[in-house]
Amino acid sequence: MICLINLKHITKTFNTKDGDVHAVKDVSLQIDEGQIYGIIGFSGAGKSTLVRCINLLEKPEHGEVIFDGKDLLKITEKELRIERQKMGMIFQHFNLMKSRTVYENIAFPLRHLKMDKEQIDKRVMELLELIDLVERKDSYPSQLSGGQKQRVAIARALATKPKVLLCDEATSALDPHTTQSILQLIKKINKELKLTVVMITHEMAVVKEICDRVAVMENGRVVEEGDIVSVFAHPQMPVTKNFINTTNNLGKIDELIEANNPLVQINENQQIIKLQYQSGNTSEALISKISRDFNVDCSIIFGNVEVVKDSPIGTLITIFTGDHENIKKALQMCRDNDVVVEVMKK
Amino acid sequence: MMDFIIQIMPNVVDRFDVFVESIYETLLMILISGSIALILGLIFGTILVVTRPGDILENKFIYTVLGKIVDLFRAAPFIILAMILTPLSQLIMGTSIGLKGAYIPLIIGTAPFCARQMEQALSEIDRGLVEASQSMGFGPFEIIWKVYLRESIPSIIRGFTITLISMIGLTAILGVTGSGGLGVFCINYGYNQYNYDILWVSLAILVLLTILVQGIGNFLARKTRH
Repeated sequence: MICLINLKHITKTFNTKDGDVHAVKDVSLQIDEGQIYGIIGFSGAGKSTLVRCINLLEKPEHGEVIFDGKDLLKITEKELRIERQKMGMIFQHFNLMKSRTVYENIAFPLRHLKMDKEQIDKRVMELLELIDLVERKDSYPSQLSGGQKQRVAIARALATKPKVLLCDEATSALDPHTTQSILQLIKKINKELKLTVVMITHEMAVVKEICDRVAVMENGRVVEEGDIVSVFAHPQMPVTKNFINTTNNLGKIDELIEANNPLVQINENQQIIKLQYQSGNTSEALISKISRDFNVDCSIIFGNVEVVKDSPIGTLITIFTGDHENIKKALQMCRDNDVVVEVMKK
Repeated sequence: MMDFIIQIMPNVVDRFDVFVESIYETLLMILISGSIALILGLIFGTILVVTRPGDILENKFIYTVLGKIVDLFRAAPFIILAMILTPLSQLIMGTSIGLKGAYIPLIIGTAPFCARQMEQALSEIDRGLVEASQSMGFGPFEIIWKVYLRESIPSIIRGFTITLISMIGLTAILGVTGSGGLGVFCINYGYNQYNYDILWVSLAILVLLTILVQGIGNFLARKTRH
């Protein structure tokens, strides 16, 4: 894999009236060519500032921004503008030019590229087809829906054939259905044009849907980073678990246990166990095996399957009933079969 | 018909050639001083916007100094400003009276007002548009031209309209310092000789002119807004 964007020890501080705000603290990231890379965090975590450090809309005071082999902090303003043409960016509020039509908006970044009218026309029509809005080319942004506006913004960002598409909360102003269609479009672009994508979002559902890798940000730092499936299957930090729980009902179980709900009340010889497994090691056979071999009864009180990047991650909340020693042995057998085991309540 | 006109405005008919000449001078004043003041206002207004804190050519010194100068001229009552400017007009135009004497005070009296109107107009541009253009590799001057100015055309037209209308009022005030146009016509032939018909007719012309400018302004603003 060729590394396209390499951020090294990025630090960005804003001096405000109320003192310094450390938006990004010593963040290092590597984004490979062709990847869809998610950066997730709650608002104020510093993710928008971090993505602006990639194209230097914000200049970090420390660190290196290596893009396509060049250290962007060491080149001139003029060279930087040329590098920026290799990076498309889309925004939460689309930022289209109100006085220009869809066609003119898409042609906008091409105007200063010394392309002649025919070339521009050809490129714009190509992009209109890609975003499926050919018949709206003479409409003004005020006549479009939110999803259509974001499509136009994507076409505009792609006009200069960039190497990377930076998406700053690109779906946060859209309804769930439109979000899906924009995500599918981004996925398609990533596949067909081999375009690297950096997605800033606060929605785990977005990351789950299309990202290959994810970095979780909290208080200006990247607290967890990795392959999307393994982050989902084995989240380490509380903030990551929090985000994952927003996409399913697993968080509810913790609340029920906390509140000592009748549903999760257990006897002395019972334990509430969370089992997590990935494709390949289905737990169903395991459960019947446990019952047979160790004389432990398993009753499933909650089950969930996440599909992350087309690979399922299953979670079962079960009540194990049986002799203490036997439960222990049963759990060990689960672990030996690559099932992640967590005792939630004894 | 003619009898009726002579009856209600005898003095206007009497001095009809001067009256027409005065209208022509007023129009010329507004056209020439107006064009220059609008251009200056647009330039200064743009400078104020792009040098403000956090904008593309942030420059605290230029922003503060230019802002203070604009405020200074805006604060000065026009009639006093016009008197103070007579030596400057003499120096540049060779005279401080008549049509030629009107240009300098009108420009200096209107350009700062126009600058604030333009600043207002350009401030309406969403920060996100500027950011998007920067992300596409546009430089500051391209952004000024293609984003700030191009995208605020309807607001600029509205600001121009307000500026021109306030200028119509100022042209009349200049009658006091002996400049040309309907202002001096009103003072010399109307006010000083108790010919109220001259004042009423001149007022009507200026009101019509105002309505016309406002109408054209509204029309163009609507046409350019999408």
